[in-house]
Amino acid sequence: MTKNLRIKTSKFIDETYKVSFKFNRKTYYGFKGDTLASALLANDIHLVGRSFKYHRPRGIMTAGSEEPNAIVQLHSNTSRTEPNVRATEIEIYEGLEASSQNCWPTVNFDIGGINNFLSPVLPAGFYYKTFMWPASFWEKYEYFIRKSAGLGKSPKESDPDIYEHKYIHCDVLIIGAGISGIMAAKIAAKNGFKTLLVDEKPYLGGSTIYQNSEHFKINNQLSSSWLEKEINEIKKIKNLEIKTRTSVAAFHGYNFLLARENLTDHLPLEQRNNKTRHRLLKIRAKKVITATGSLERPLIFNNNDRPGILLSSAIDKYANLFGVVCGEKNVLFTNNDSAYETAISLYQKGINIEAIIDNREEIDSKLIKEIEKNNIKIHKGYTIVNTFGYKRIKKVSIMKLSKDGQKVIGSKEYINCDCLGITGGWTPAVHLFTQSGGKLKFRDEDQVFIPNIYPSDQVSIGSCNGDFTLDEILSTTPRILKEFLNLKKIDYEDLEIQSSFNKSKRNIWLLPSDKVIGKTKPFVDYQNDATAKDIKLALREGFRSIEHVKRYTTTGMGTDQGKLGNMHALGIISETTGSKIGELGTTTFRPPYTPLTFGTIVGRNVGEYFDIFRRTPIHDWHVKNKAEFENVGQWKRAWYYPKNGENMNDAVQRESKAARDSAGILDASTLGKIDIQGTDASEFLNRVYTNSWSKLAIGKCRYGLMLNEDGMVYDDGVTTRLDENHYIMTTTTGGAATVLGKLEDYLQTEWPELDVYLTSVTDHYATISVCGPNSKKILSQVFPDLDFKDEHFPHMSFKNGKIDKIKCRVMRISFTGELSYEINIQANYAKAVWEKCIEIGKKFNITPYGTETMHLLRAEKGFIIVGQDTDATMTPIDLQMDWIVSKKKYDFIGKRSLYRSDTIREDRKQLVGLLTENPDEVLEEGAQIVADIKKSPIEMLGHVTSSYYSPNLKKSIALGVVKGGKNMMGQKLIIPMENKQINVTVADPVFLDKENKRLNA
Amino acid sequence: MFIINCPYCGEREQSEFKAGGEAHIVRPKQPTELSDDQWAEYLFMRKNIKGIQFERWVHTHGCRKWFNVIRDTSNDMIKAVYKMGEKPPTK
Repeated sequence: MTKNLRIKTSKFIDETYKVSFKFNRKTYYGFKGDTLASALLANDIHLVGRSFKYHRPRGIMTAGSEEPNAIVQLHSNTSRTEPNVRATEIEIYEGLEASSQNCWPTVNFDIGGINNFLSPVLPAGFYYKTFMWPASFWEKYEYFIRKSAGLGKSPKESDPDIYEHKYIHCDVLIIGAGISGIMAAKIAAKNGFKTLLVDEKPYLGGSTIYQNSEHFKINNQLSSSWLEKEINEIKKIKNLEIKTRTSVAAFHGYNFLLARENLTDHLPLEQRNNKTRHRLLKIRAKKVITATGSLERPLIFNNNDRPGILLSSAIDKYANLFGVVCGEKNVLFTNNDSAYETAISLYQKGINIEAIIDNREEIDSKLIKEIEKNNIKIHKGYTIVNTFGYKRIKKVSIMKLSKDGQKVIGSKEYINCDCLGITGGWTPAVHLFTQSGGKLKFRDEDQVFIPNIYPSDQVSIGSCNGDFTLDEILSTTPRILKEFLNLKKIDYEDLEIQSSFNKSKRNIWLLPSDKVIGKTKPFVDYQNDATAKDIKLALREGFRSIEHVKRYTTTGMGTDQGKLGNMHALGIISETTGSKIGELGTTTFRPPYTPLTFGTIVGRNVGEYFDIFRRTPIHDWHVKNKAEFENVGQWKRAWYYPKNGENMNDAVQRESKAARDSAGILDASTLGKIDIQGTDASEFLNRVYTNSWSKLAIGKCRYGLMLNEDGMVYDDGVTTRLDENHYIMTTTTGGAATVLGKLEDYLQTEWPELDVYLTSVTDHYATISVCGPNSKKILSQVFPDLDFKDEHFPHMSFKNGKIDKIKCRVMRISFTGELSYEINIQANYAKAVWEKCIEIGKKFNITPYGTETMHLLRAEKGFIIVGQDTDATMTPIDLQMDWIVSKKKYDFIGKRSLYRSDTIREDRKQLVGLLTENPDEVLEEGAQIVADIKKSPIEMLGHVTSSYYSPNLKKSIALGVVKGGKNMMGQKLIIPMENKQINVTVADPVFLDKENKRLNA
Repeated sequence: MFIINCPYCGEREQSEFKAGGEAHIVRPKQPTELSDDQWAEYLFMRKNIKGIQFERWVHTHGCRKWFNVIRDTSNDMIKAVYKMGEKPPTK
């Protein structure tokens, strides 16, 4: 490759700064300022990848973020590898390594290319139709389909880069720094608005900045020179912040936008360490000005996807911005004037143009005259019917279009070429506008959707608003901005504009060929290999809605979201079905506008910061004493404390035994604690709990069950009356926040007349639970001043205690069935008190136990855990806890629901105990319970909710819910497992100490 | 993400709030007097309107106060915000 495809025109390329990079393992050179695409084109490489389904050779098609074909894998097999990167966006740097995707063994020889020849049997919906039978085989098919499909490869190592999130608040956000965006930024910032201007490119000025045509002038200067001065001027404005390489990904309601600022992707790898790679900007703007420009449309004709076929504007951009010649024998194919702009700029640079093929029959404009003057052949009223060349276009065949544009007539002519520029006019980039909830309208004259109804304080300007020509942009934009920003006088009101663009266009969505459509390949969605033929097939099969056609044919579902071809898909549907495009509507544009890395989305929330977690004040002691932890809600709770290499089972058996034989100690600080005060506190508790609270004496504790209004158990816990109008409520660990929220809801919205104040004190107090027959002896030494005699400090009562000067609340309550005390203490003293209990308890073999042992001990007593033994379908009656439901109270939350026709059914699932025939067999939690294994289908009666081996009873015990279980005492049931059946007997859920003697042991 | 004008704190991000369903459903004063159907009407039946909807919101990560919001569910525009116990603005 010794061809010189560089032309010296561009000030954006630094030819003194050579950059080497690798593409498919081969080393090439480019210049600083090149994108990977421009550097490859300068090395005469068009073929960069294979298409998704047919594995057809594909080349670079565009020069921007809309690129469907030229997507590559960067730095394969490294931690920084990234799939599906658009070669047109990535700036080259020293050491860049890129490779083609979706091809094997190489992009030049790809085995999958056989799919191209199989394509007659691979129509739209092929996979759906072929692999749905028999259904059970899908898993086997899927493996092979997934293997042969897919684009890039995701990284296998963790990402070494740093990502972050940042909030930005501004008065005016301007998206897009093309000519209209620059004008808007100047006007907004100069009038005192705090302004932010963002653009996805590394430079400002959009496509105007590289226009050097005499035909487009502002105030008698070249449009690019005029714009350059404007850019230099706005860079000096203080209240204007400019961010390049920043792509807006999402535009949500209320002017909330997400943008990705790319900080290091253009740097050599070794310069990226310890720098933030991407920053996700969360922008809240009072006003948004969208100036996102427009995307050039391709033309849809047979074999319109070969390497060497580019958008006409892309050829222009490569020549003017990057100084790269895309081909030496160029042909342009157009239905409008913009191809002539390209032709003139190529011609002026001495680049050869073989011919221009124009759909239009009668055309006349300054641009066209100039082309004709230079003896470039224009085929008026012609279309391309086919293209030739497998890995690079070699030739096109053209024929005359019929008057209605539906047929070709006359004889075929051939034109040799190595590059074909196509243009089907322009599509306003309304993606962000519609994401924000904006409604579009269809403009029939030039067949475009433009913004119509704005859902928030925003406006679209420039070509994304349908103003395509320079004179339209410069005359409309100042007027729109003046009104939008409510200004009296602004710059730009008296610009002198010279623009030679003629707006005539002959729109034919699908260009005819001399072959029948079945024999052609007119691609609509290049990335997903969807052709016009597929769309027509979908319509024949009865699909009508654009959303359905899209999903069936996968048109517009690639990583480029069909930025090029979506309009044509609509056009073809409308032509085929005879409906109007405006009435068909568009498919939904969803964020992100261009793909985001996962790193950008999660920012700093990785590793231990992925989710917040809470630690009790005693946490460090648990760590030091080698506890294993489990996650309970957001809490890290000590699960068990293995000693001398014990496994969980051994540790739990030891801990459970020690707690019943002598003394155990548990960190229960995670229990939710709500401080309740006010003259109506007792009445409030009466209304929120099922049992009665009016008569609870000061200094006494009571267990309460809280229901939802639908009668289902919501939470439980012990509440203590500290004083006449002062209670402390405990909730389950996981329920703390929602219980407080629910209580506040009732207090504020249903019972505002009640004088009650709720305060969450979960974090303020730690809770240490000491249980077992020796707990009283230990507590008496921890609190030598307190009277622990049963008659003065009975079960379910409370006393204020002191350790030195530190005030504590001591409750005698039990979740284990043992004699048991809970110490509530200000959190910062908790660890010291815990250590004191351990120290004093040593002679009683005090054993720290975790949540697993706690669960076992309470299960021995048949105490429920809300959320484990209950779900949102269990009433207190189902739990056999009728005793806690007050018959006397007129009302409480959920009372009326307890006698709805459904809740009084006898055959509801009810909580029962389960004993296994073999006392050593421990059931699996969640296992199904059945009565009759022979019946088909087998009726599921319920499931096991809690199951343990009890070291104190020396047998397996379980709780479960069983349909009508209450009346099945002693009945035999079956637990069918994968390889066996386990026989169980329904039993009382209280397995140990039914008389509660141990509470006063 | 909306901006909600909390009647106690002023304009805040939606992420500080939680939605609490349809507004102006009063808990019956005498539930025991109600038939199953009447109770079910209170308990389960909620409107799901495309357009103007009256809703309850709570400023969970702020003042923890409940209040009412009138929102157009078709475009998420909030028409009015008023305190619990107040009548909706008539406009």
